[in-house]
Amino acid sequence: MSATATTTDDGRRTLSPPGRRRATVIERRVHGSYVVLRVADPEGQPARPGQFAMLAAAERWGGGDGERPFLPRAFSVARIPAPGEAEFLLEDVGPGTERLCELEAGDALWLLGPLGIGFGLEAGGRRPLLAGGGVGIAPLAILQDELAASGAADLAPALLGFRDAPHAEGAALLRHGARVATDDGSVGHHGRVTELLVEELDRDERAQVYACGPPAMLEAVRALCAERDVPVQLALESGMACGYGACFGCVVPTKSGYVRLCVDGPVLDGEQLETALVPGAGH
Amino acid sequence: MPAIGTGAGIDATPSLPTTFCGIELAHPIVNGSGTFDAIAARRAFGDALVEQFPFSAFVSKTVTVAPREGNPPPRLWELPGGLINSIGLPNKGLDGYLTHDLPELARLPVPLIVNVMGFTREEVARLVDAFAEREEVSALELNVSCPNVETGLIMGADPGETAKLVERVRPLTAKPIIVKLTPNATDPGAVAEAAEAAGADALSLINTIRGMALDPRTREPWLGAGTGGVSGATVRAIALAQVQEVARRVSLPLVAMGGVQRGRDADDLLRAGATLVAVGTESFRDPLAGRRVAAELAELRREGSNPGADAPAST
Ligand SMILES: Cc1cc2nc3c(=O)[nH]c(=O)nc-3n(C[C@H](O)[C@H](O)[C@H](O)COP(=O)(O)O)c2cc1C
Ligand code: FES
Repeated sequence: MSATATTTDDGRRTLSPPGRRRATVIERRVHGSYVVLRVADPEGQPARPGQFAMLAAAERWGGGDGERPFLPRAFSVARIPAPGEAEFLLEDVGPGTERLCELEAGDALWLLGPLGIGFGLEAGGRRPLLAGGGVGIAPLAILQDELAASGAADLAPALLGFRDAPHAEGAALLRHGARVATDDGSVGHHGRVTELLVEELDRDERAQVYACGPPAMLEAVRALCAERDVPVQLALESGMACGYGACFGCVVPTKSGYVRLCVDGPVLDGEQLETALVPGAGH
Repeated sequence: MPAIGTGAGIDATPSLPTTFCGIELAHPIVNGSGTFDAIAARRAFGDALVEQFPFSAFVSKTVTVAPREGNPPPRLWELPGGLINSIGLPNKGLDGYLTHDLPELARLPVPLIVNVMGFTREEVARLVDAFAEREEVSALELNVSCPNVETGLIMGADPGETAKLVERVRPLTAKPIIVKLTPNATDPGAVAEAAEAAGADALSLINTIRGMALDPRTREPWLGAGTGGVSGATVRAIALAQVQEVARRVSLPLVAMGGVQRGRDADDLLRAGATLVAVGTESFRDPLAGRRVAAELAELRREGSNPGADAPAST
């Protein structure tokens, strides 16, 4: 980790080198339904929590007979395990993630990042409350690491929602405490993560909520926070072709019109949004 | 297909001096309009982007008279070897461009080409007029892939419409006028001839090819706008054929594009008769793709033409 990382946007953006670079998988771990790739990226600068990278396998990607996948895929940086490294949380849901999930230690991948604007850590005296769902827990892990490192006293456990027990194994990514809810009740609270959030807010509403997850969950969190006047920052997802503002493909509707999620997000303030239900997300 | 090389290691700007409509360029690789936003890229990459600027000239995204929000999302669909987009030409409008974008783009280290589109001939004339005397602007590109709302005809799909448009704007500026042809025409060669006869200085091609995709779950059109334009490797063969055809029928310099990923692809289009080559969709996969293509092209030129280097059947 270089001490000279240049950040902009109030420290929420670490600048990326302008070219994609060849990085190497140094470890592949399976957490139930998820794969964690630990990647050596010596040229990269440490991401801010909430930033992402565009990844593509170096082999069998967008070449040959031109099979999908063709475009790189966006992944939140999940953790910085050591200087010059990054971890990504993957779930095999389509041709791109399937190919990336196959990668083994020693395999090469193309990486561009860190990209986008991450979470704002200035909470104005409010206690940080992290709520995530599914593969969307990834940026909460690095956020929790950073909050813990900056000495946030009695950090509340992150609230994490999953479909079932194999998915709930993803909770191991969060090193500083988590409370789990599952849809089928096989692990932790039987129900939705928003129910855990209601409990927490009932206990103490002086919170700054940070959330990432599937569109329906994010929308429930946004609405809940809006109703209770609790500030919330949401890391959204949308289909991205480039990740750096070139294609205008990743727009989401906000109160002030469409914004490109890759350059003006992926973290948006709940107040900017009428809804977190983004057309085409989750595909 | 040979592995696509890394952007790393291309330190010096590749040197393949090229003259296009009297503009001196360091190499023949530019960007396709709407596929690179130098202002947004600078936010992501900082000054390093300017130091390693991937193109020898910058073509800005289509500007219209009125601001446009663009099409509703979703706007992208990935294809085997390409994508369909229905972006819908979002832009700040002429006034917004002149106030916010032009001053920033003028600071780029390369000449600026402004791409404009109007829904009537008078709108296009107004846009050309607005840039006619701007010294920051080296050339104008007319995006004619849109309907003339007065006649209902796609301007660039019809030789007569194209001729009338170019005749209308030609007297307004001494700057080079590039007409960007649409491949969605019965005979792009005839449109090219009409543009040449009406006084265009250069032509660019191909724009995206109309296409669509269905949502795998609902079986309804996936793209917010219903249909979109296909680009990327998957259109390369079509681009090559159209460029060769147009090169045969006109003597204007051509800016060729469509699926360029490697120096070899650029070389193919140059051999088919182009003067410049634009990289579009490939920049989405690597922001420095243009620089890499230029370096690979320079390398090919250094090696001399060696058609045996690649197996003929490789894609
Ligand atoms: C996302 C996207 C946006 C585009 N926007 C514009 C535009 O604003 N104006 C224009 O003239 N062409 C536009 N194009 C067309 C490209 O400039 C180019 O003609 C086409 O993509 C073919 O090149 P490629 O296969 O290298 O992408 C766009 C293409 C894409 C993929
Ligand atoms: S992903 Fe291309 S502009 Fe955001």
